[in-house]
Amino acid sequence: MRTHIFFIVSLIIGACVYGLAATLGNDYYFFAGYVVLQYVVLATAWNILGGYCGYVNFGSAAFFAIGAYSTVALYRFHPMPIPVDVALGGVASGIVGLGTGYLTLRMRGAFFAIATLALAVVFETLVVNWDYVGGSRGAYIVRPETIAPFGSYIKYLFLIMLVLAIGSITVARLIERSRLGYGFATIRDDELAAEASGVPTLRLKLVATTISGALMGMAGAPFPYYIGYLQPSSAFGLDYAVNSIAMPLIGGTTSWVGPLIGAILLGSLQQIATVTISSAVNLLIVGFLLVGFVIVAPNGITGLVQKYIPHRPLGQVGRRRVKADAPEATP
Amino acid sequence: MIFSFDLLIDAIVSGILIGAFYAAVTAGITLSFGILDVVNIAHPGFIILGSYVVYIINLKLGIDPIVAAIAVMPAFYVLGAAIYQVYYVSFEKRGQDSMRGLAFFFGILFITEVSLVLYFGVDYRYVEAPYIGPTWHFGFVDLPLRILVPCLVSLLLIAGLQLTLTRTFIGRAIMAVAQDELALRLMAVDPIRIKRIAFGISIATAALAGAFLIIIQPVEPSVGREYIGRVFAICVLGGMGSLPGTLVAAMLVGIVESLTSTFYGPSWAPAVSFSFLLLTLAVRPAGLLGR
Repeated sequence: MRTHIFFIVSLIIGACVYGLAATLGNDYYFFAGYVVLQYVVLATAWNILGGYCGYVNFGSAAFFAIGAYSTVALYRFHPMPIPVDVALGGVASGIVGLGTGYLTLRMRGAFFAIATLALAVVFETLVVNWDYVGGSRGAYIVRPETIAPFGSYIKYLFLIMLVLAIGSITVARLIERSRLGYGFATIRDDELAAEASGVPTLRLKLVATTISGALMGMAGAPFPYYIGYLQPSSAFGLDYAVNSIAMPLIGGTTSWVGPLIGAILLGSLQQIATVTISSAVNLLIVGFLLVGFVIVAPNGITGLVQKYIPHRPLGQVGRRRVKADAPEATP
Repeated sequence: MIFSFDLLIDAIVSGILIGAFYAAVTAGITLSFGILDVVNIAHPGFIILGSYVVYIINLKLGIDPIVAAIAVMPAFYVLGAAIYQVYYVSFEKRGQDSMRGLAFFFGILFITEVSLVLYFGVDYRYVEAPYIGPTWHFGFVDLPLRILVPCLVSLLLIAGLQLTLTRTFIGRAIMAVAQDELALRLMAVDPIRIKRIAFGISIATAALAGAFLIIIQPVEPSVGREYIGRVFAICVLGGMGSLPGTLVAAMLVGIVESLTSTFYGPSWAPAVSFSFLLLTLAVRPAGLLGR
């Protein structure tokens, strides 16, 4: 499917989702749906660096929080329309992503993962000590009750997140099918060999961290309006980091379908568990699902589908990955 | 910013004391990450688990926290060996240990933390022992016993581990498995068994480190998170897999943190070790005393 057709189809699906939520006539569905869509963006963004390049980022919460706090900083200066916040949040966290890349991407594998974890704490410390955005006390954002054509404000937020989700999936799919995506796949499969054959690995990785960081920041930018009261511990919560890793790994990391499936599945499961059981238990469920899936089904749900329904194409990179990932003989 | 010589000396001394404790916390990571190449980011989670086990024993039986920790070390050893076995079968053997292995340990860290929150809540817990409270004064230097005792036992632990690694057969085998697994196999030693033992030992040290932690400060489940960056910073700075290097690096981090919190305020202290880590990784990845 060509990209613009894909984009139009996903817009139509998006419109259906919005229509469905609107016909249910209860704002709760918009509140719950917003969180699920936010995870779709986060998981897709994580997967651009983690799934395509093979670099595990534990600092998703930091990028998310940078987006959220850039909105707070702007709000303190002068309240702006949310699309402006989203754009600026994306720029801010994209720049941070690029900087992180410069600092850390010369390291391989585990060191990168640990450095991103470190980054999250550095930024949390900075925000806690930054009085302009409320410091450790947190910041209030007054959300207008209604907004012109949408009725209640949450519908507007939901729509923004829906557009962001469609946008990030389109970007991920575009990357997957471009030279960039093949470059990323070579990095994931064998970085040394890629470099030896002339793939500009450092530059590609910088592109990946920037895009991934920017998308995470965009997901975070509307968050202060959603939550109303933002404090460092909620913006930098470990659950964002865990979810944005767990969702792609459970869905499957090799194509854009995986994070989408993982985010919708896990996101809705958590919303249901929060309402029916408790919010601590739903985090426990995520932890167990993550550990269970990486042990039992290392290629996630899309991997399982490909294993049992062999001829189902899920994107070029996906097919290649399965072959490359076949179990090796016991040493 | 208030500056005085007394404060400076006091901050350095307490940095050294805390540093020895950090060395005990990092010793397990030095074994698992530095020597075995198993990126056990769940280690701080096991330390907090250790704190809570010691807390329960102390609360119910009134046993000294350090004695209690030594008593539960075998159980932690078994836990560690079991986790390594799962890790080996699911990731190392299949040759996909990097990304999914990381996610596995991240999941374990998360499960430990959330389970502790569910069971104990987020209240701070503390233990009772005769040395918690009194402070020795030498001139203007304060030596709180609740930090001095863990510091001394930590030094014993590091010395014991170092002697085990260099003087015993198992210890030498552990050092060997880091260098050449195949050669070890040719000497008729099962590298997987050696790694299992080493990982078991690394988790066993977490029980003792957990006891130190809950002696030094009240503990709640998410405290472990701020130790993740710290332990890896120290491990990398110390040169990955070198216990003496770990001790030196831990004291360095301890001193800088203590100076930061004395002169700039405690809210900046967490960023110290992380900046250390980022700097080390960017500038000198081999660490201070690299292999």
